[in-house]
Amino acid sequence: MDLEFNVQGGDFVRAGNASSQIKKVLKQLNADSAIIKRVVVALYEAEVNIAAHAYDGVIRANIDTERIRLLLDDNGPGIPDIERAMTPGYSTASSAVREMGFGAGMGLPNIRANADEFVITSEVGKGTHLEITVYLNQ
Amino acid sequence: MTMKISEIVQCLDAQVICGAEQLDKEVEYAFASDLMSDVLTVKKERMLLITGLANLQTLRTAEMSDIEVVLFVRNKAVTDEMLELARESGIVLIASPCTLFKVSGILYNHGLKPVY
Repeated sequence: MDLEFNVQGGDFVRAGNASSQIKKVLKQLNADSAIIKRVVVALYEAEVNIAAHAYDGVIRANIDTERIRLLLDDNGPGIPDIERAMTPGYSTASSAVREMGFGAGMGLPNIRANADEFVITSEVGKGTHLEITVYLNQ
Repeated sequence: MTMKISEIVQCLDAQVICGAEQLDKEVEYAFASDLMSDVLTVKKERMLLITGLANLQTLRTAEMSDIEVVLFVRNKAVTDEMLELARESGIVLIASPCTLFKVSGILYNHGLKPVY
């Protein structure tokens, strides 16, 4: 099953919509609730990151009986130093993002913590690409 | 030790904003935070979220974290959009005019557990 969602930068009204839809699909597929939580927490963190940092982005989800793979591509400023961005507590979020309860420098580490496989690549001035894989039967 | 939502409402003299039909649900843990990034790292089930941050992303965070009841403190206003999202996600919303520290102390005394 393939699903696709668009995310707008700065849109904190709709941020979380894609994660919510994916959660409904995984529930319908009777996935384990602890695994669903790992998937949607990781995806929600990543979705909020697009809303917080990028101009826009696309979330693609591919679900089969074994695993869910989430591909997130944004058009945005990119991340100059990924290792630093992965450091808990490091953040470049705006005050608007912090007012929403985020921007504490915990998003990327929490995505990695919830994913079975996590790949992040980024090009400064172009955007960031994330691949999040979670196995559904482990 | 668990508490029904109705017992939480009663001991805090809190207002039920939505989900009145779900007050028999029980929680075992409580987590008090205005930082949603911290909420998203918690693994516990049957957990009450106590927060002074009232916006749509508070409810999205609860939805993703399988949190079934949110207690807003410090007299926060709940918008129609928040109400709609809470109903859609089946989240019970309750509210208290008290501080986060005060409601946390009362609920701790009633036996709700910290997550760590």
